[in-house]
Amino acid sequence: MTHLNDPVPLIREKALWMRRRAFRMVHEAQLGHPGGDFSATDIIATLYFGVMRFDPKRPDWADRDRFIMSKGHATGALYTVLCAAGYYPEDWLDTYMQPKSRLNGHPNRNYLPGVETNTGPLGHGFPVAVGSAIAGALTGSDHRTFVLTGDGELQEGSNWEAAMVAGHRKLKRLTLIVDRNRLQQGAGTEETSGLDPLDEKFRAFGWQVVEVDGHDPAALLAAFATPTDRPLCLIANTVKGKGVSFMENKASWHHGVPNAEQFAQAMEELV
Amino acid sequence: MVQAAPKAAGLHDCREAWVTTLEALAATDPRIVAVVNDSVGSSKLGGFQKKFPDQLINVGIAEQVMVGVGAGLANGGCIPFVSAASCFLTGRSLEQVKADIAYANFNVKLVGQSSGVAYGELGPTHHSIEDFAWLRPLTNLTVIVPADPWETAEAVKWAAAHEGPVYIRLSRMPVPEIVVPGRTFQPGKAQVLREGGDVAIIACGTTVHLALDAARALAGEGIAARVLNMHTINPLDDEAVLAAARTGAIVTVEEASVRGGLGGAVAELTSAHDPVPVERVGFPGFVPTGSVDWLFTEYGLSQDGIAAAARRALARKRK
Repeated sequence: MTHLNDPVPLIREKALWMRRRAFRMVHEAQLGHPGGDFSATDIIATLYFGVMRFDPKRPDWADRDRFIMSKGHATGALYTVLCAAGYYPEDWLDTYMQPKSRLNGHPNRNYLPGVETNTGPLGHGFPVAVGSAIAGALTGSDHRTFVLTGDGELQEGSNWEAAMVAGHRKLKRLTLIVDRNRLQQGAGTEETSGLDPLDEKFRAFGWQVVEVDGHDPAALLAAFATPTDRPLCLIANTVKGKGVSFMENKASWHHGVPNAEQFAQAMEELV
Repeated sequence: MVQAAPKAAGLHDCREAWVTTLEALAATDPRIVAVVNDSVGSSKLGGFQKKFPDQLINVGIAEQVMVGVGAGLANGGCIPFVSAASCFLTGRSLEQVKADIAYANFNVKLVGQSSGVAYGELGPTHHSIEDFAWLRPLTNLTVIVPADPWETAEAVKWAAAHEGPVYIRLSRMPVPEIVVPGRTFQPGKAQVLREGGDVAIIACGTTVHLALDAARALAGEGIAARVLNMHTINPLDDEAVLAAARTGAIVTVEEASVRGGLGGAVAELTSAHDPVPVERVGFPGFVPTGSVDWLFTEYGLSQDGIAAAARRALARKRK
């Protein structure tokens, strides 16, 4: 999907809908990970409505760009973007977390069109994205592969195996976006097992690194278009719980769920 | 009545059949890709690498990304054969095998090399006797244990054509060719190598020829032992196991832990449907360092050990 006109208004419109719809899902299910949904929403909306080439009628199209949600718990963001992108009707979202729903707490590619791989345990999506990028090079497809990880997720060693392989093979069609909200479920990343200097780490692994405001679609669009001869890492500075005053920068909203009053207030703020 | 012929002369390293078959497949299908963890030599893939350099992905000593890359290659339309020492392939990356391969149901072929106690002297870190117990419960994952070069080649060919995840467990230990007239390979369908109504010996992989030896020895004592080649551990051939149970006594034989593997699978099934005595031949847990030959003899993976287990099973038979 390409846009000749400025896609930023559309991205903003979709991101707003995604936040409102995801929070309703979480409210109704009384389950979910809304803090991480909201930190990732603008990044994902930018990808689907300003960057990626895909066709929701052909989820198996060989040359589609791939988006892999390595932080698989942020299903509020993933399920709403796939719905907004046309992969399935909105009433599927009403089944979120219900028995036998296609919309698990973590995504399953076998039940939900548009999901590229099953994630949930952290540190799994990034290696799969590396394989997908290698496959593109082998089969002569020019597809791009985008993978989104949490920042705390980078504490999993498998990511660094993946970073090493991608850097070694100069996988220039691979883009990693780190959702750098600086919070993991219980505390800050830097007080838990520090990641900084993250840019230097990825450069040392052979990556092109760009730091970007993860809530600014125009800045994200420019960052995704960075010319590169090696894999591209966007360190997207984000705010956990972005868009709802009482959730922002609160680790407790990692898997916190709203009561009726909080839900009403969030709906007033998300306009 | 099926009776396996005497052993063909000579012993064979099944890895030769594995790599010859893979090269033949890769020559006609560019989607075939080998993925390794610096295991080109131990997987016998040196020749493959020379012939198909682009189709050999060596990720270095990194099993988690190796299995994840396999899933990603399948996502991109390739048919990856992820080949590594089975102890690391299944142990180090078990969560990747579970989530990225089996649960995600990707078209990835995992090839466990030097399985069982092939690395005898290197000790339990390098033994792979837990893999059946770890992999057998994984939905979607077909688990195949070829008994000889012919079956290895058939398994590799079948895996390449089959849409779905497969684990093929290979050994580096030389084994004889099992000679069976009109032999066919059908995953999930055990092969009766020898008929017999007194006791049934259910074996897999490197122990199949030993089970046949034991059955011949038992015949000399007037005991008619059926021998089954259970080359597929998942899904198990329930029908063949329950037919074996009708002999009244079962022996299972595997180059693996007796907990959770082939013996475990047979015991689960028979306990639910036809609780006959099941004697499980295999390793009780971590075993001492020693040569493969010593370990096989010590733990009864031998003609004598299997025959003795059959006599124990017979003695426990319901009257």
